[in-house]
Amino acid sequence: MTEKQKITIRKQKVVKDHTKRKMIIFGALAVGVVLTAVFAPYLVPYDPYEQDLGSALLPPGGAHLLGTDRYGRDMLSRVIMGSRSTVFSALLLVLVITGIGSTVGIICGFHGGKLDSFLMRLSDVFLAFPGMVFAIAVASVMRGGIMNAVVALACISWPKYARIARSQVLTIKSTPYMAAAKLSGSGTLQMIFKHIVPNIAGTVVVTAVLDIGTMIMEIAGLSFLGLGATPPTAEWGSMMSNGRSMLQTSPWVILAPGTTIFLTVMIFNLAGDTVRDILDPRQRGR
Amino acid sequence: MQKLLEVKGLKKTFYKNKVPFVAVNNVSFDVNEGECLGLVGESGCGKSTTAKIITHLTAPDEGSVLLDGEETLFLKGRQERKLYQKIQMVFQTPQDSFDPRRSLGDGIMESMRNQGMLKARAKERMYELLDMVELDREFASRCPHQVSGGQCQRAAIARALAPAPELIICDEATSSLDVTVQAQIVELLKKLQKEQGLSLLLICHDLALVQKICDRVLVMYKGNIVEQGVPDEVILHPKDTYTRMLVESVF
Repeated sequence: MTEKQKITIRKQKVVKDHTKRKMIIFGALAVGVVLTAVFAPYLVPYDPYEQDLGSALLPPGGAHLLGTDRYGRDMLSRVIMGSRSTVFSALLLVLVITGIGSTVGIICGFHGGKLDSFLMRLSDVFLAFPGMVFAIAVASVMRGGIMNAVVALACISWPKYARIARSQVLTIKSTPYMAAAKLSGSGTLQMIFKHIVPNIAGTVVVTAVLDIGTMIMEIAGLSFLGLGATPPTAEWGSMMSNGRSMLQTSPWVILAPGTTIFLTVMIFNLAGDTVRDILDPRQRGR
Repeated sequence: MQKLLEVKGLKKTFYKNKVPFVAVNNVSFDVNEGECLGLVGESGCGKSTTAKIITHLTAPDEGSVLLDGEETLFLKGRQERKLYQKIQMVFQTPQDSFDPRRSLGDGIMESMRNQGMLKARAKERMYELLDMVELDREFASRCPHQVSGGQCQRAAIARALAPAPELIICDEATSSLDVTVQAQIVELLKKLQKEQGLSLLLICHDLALVQKICDRVLVMYKGNIVEQGVPDEVILHPKDTYTRMLVESVF
């Protein structure tokens, strides 16, 4: 054997970083979902509320791409229209809980003392209940309506953000750069808005984006139980609830909104993962 | 010589699992105007706590800190901010002492902006300060993780100089840097002290460094000041047993 043959070249396995491509794909899909919700009235092929008992429970295909429900309403139109209530209220919900939660967390972490103990015990109380059960209780006290479902879910979801923000603030508060900011004559508000908020924003935004999917599920869940959107509003959860009894005879009535929820939640979760990869590179690949 | 800072009977006890630990015990000393005072001692002997008390980052249990003959420990809000125009601090870990999301220039300008200086004027002065600490002007736009420890510490010194203080406390400002960079930073501090007529309180555990640049030295052990005097005197003829041990371990 010659010297040359003995040498084996070990090929290095290069792990490609697809973050950018992923961001473009999932970002576009997520934006697509939101745009669908915005322009829903212009996209629907039929009026989603118009009943036509003559063409009730038609299977998918033909004039009605996803079939019709028992009142003869076009499923595709209802699914598109349903994105309005579900996606919009999920986004609103996430915005509200992020705002309330991180404000409370920043105040607690920065101020400390009795106020901190009080607000944190309060959030412990909320965290101690099983979330969905508590939301069902709140929603049933306040009666139906998608806005009430949002309020009910906001009540139980803010403590998570308060906890995250608080722990981040506590970490940042003890860093030398906060001491340096104090020595530079910065007041409390300046320290919070110039140093603390930018430094915790990454973590909070990542959690918020990852939560959109969960919130869509929870809103759909409440509506499924009849505590969210009230009929005849097109909403994915209540549409599934309507089709429940016809699962064996006409499964498309439940499959259309079901699949849509599945796809939408998946899109938002993957988009959230990608946002995390970008904003928080240490967690990449987990 | 005029006394700039008087520290009297400072006491601080920390509680860990309700077990008291006396970090600073009855510490008293003066810093004169234009003087470089060294404070040496092993880790955990209360040097940094003393510095933090002087700069209001920690509250003491007892004692008083007088600046130009006026009590400072009770100052709050606006008055406290005025104090920070006279006392500044350089921290041990340069990279951590700058906000990771802001540029070094922003950090240096912060105190000037907080005093209400216009942005353009503050920027001009920031560049002057960078020249003063012999740092290239392009570093102003860099983030702390994009520069080396020594460069970052220079920027930190520039930040400390920004409000034109009378006293700069260097809390182990050189101990996280390597030896050659340490020497440069020390040279810089010495030079600035002469040029600006600053007082320096140099906290460190390096006796050689203290001997080189300090006018007076205090030796601290377990929260107490055990010896003070001129560096050569203290190092060559230590009176206290701990000082002797410290000197022997180095030389």
